[in-house]
Amino acid sequence: MIILSIICAIVTDNMGKVSSAILGGATDAIQLLISMAGMMSLWTGLMKIAELGGLTAILAKFFKPILKRLFPDYPEDSPAIKAICMNITANLLGLGNAATPMGIKAMKEMNKLNKDKSVANNSMIMFIIFNTSSIQLIPTMMSVLRQKHGSISPFDVIPAILLTSLCSLIIGIIATKISEK
Amino acid sequence: MTKLSFYILPTIVFLIIIFGFFKKVPLFDSFTVGAKEGLISTFSIAPSLIGLIVAVTMLRESGALDILTSTISPVCSFLGIPKETVPLMLLKPISGSGSLALVDSIFKSFGPDSFIGRVASVMMGATETTFYAIAVYFGAVNIKNTRHAVKCALIADISSFILSVLFVRLLFS
Repeated sequence: MIILSIICAIVTDNMGKVSSAILGGATDAIQLLISMAGMMSLWTGLMKIAELGGLTAILAKFFKPILKRLFPDYPEDSPAIKAICMNITANLLGLGNAATPMGIKAMKEMNKLNKDKSVANNSMIMFIIFNTSSIQLIPTMMSVLRQKHGSISPFDVIPAILLTSLCSLIIGIIATKISEK
Repeated sequence: MTKLSFYILPTIVFLIIIFGFFKKVPLFDSFTVGAKEGLISTFSIAPSLIGLIVAVTMLRESGALDILTSTISPVCSFLGIPKETVPLMLLKPISGSGSLALVDSIFKSFGPDSFIGRVASVMMGATETTFYAIAVYFGAVNIKNTRHAVKCALIADISSFILSVLFVRLLFS
């Protein structure tokens, strides 16, 4: 990207601006992090309380009936389904740090019952679709960034975000189901 | 809508603390443990964010971004997608910090409450770093053949981008 920018700046005669971009960009990055760090920590702190109180487990129970249908290769009480539930609820609560290890565990459990260990089975792909469509109840990072830039109401995009990710998840699931055959 | 959204944060904070209280969670201790994790993970992206924000700013100021977006914009204007969000759509599936840098620059130029700002917020919030997730999860179990995973994940991503514009239009007009 940097090389491309410099070449482009030579062509378009924008070298002055590019030079100040180098000087300002690094400062911007640290300012951005500092302005977000407080709220991000506050949030992860609060979510830790929810997590230790067992909120993840409670929500996981709630999602089980739906997930059972989408992952028919695995029995309801299998460790694979449990890990999938925990991963999806952790994502839902925005607990990225907890979600990834749970997701890796889910993939390992699913691969145990996989016939060919180097080829993804249908359930694994379905699981990937869940993880790439990012259903998150409170998109913290986005709200903090909006606040930082002076948004009057940083949270007013949440309904649009939820609707968009829900619809795209459904489209993803349909696409997966069609491709399975 | 705006007034209602002021209640979201205080309500959530209240509910979490009440929930923790009744579940007998050591409130302040757990809070500090979680906050520390958050602080560490926020600053752990610092090195890549510095590099990427510099690169994105350079790309924008050099005019390279304009050239890139103007080549794709006919397709986007057909779908009603603002051309300023094109770089975000290209980068989001690959890099989280990179797209964060782009959203930051979009907010700086247009403001978070503008149409473009809102569309960028929804695009950023409703998608994931798809290729990263695929690499991490399939890599963890050594799966070489991912079959239709990439195709379906990208179908979901593209529909997210189109739907972002649609829902922002519907909910904020």
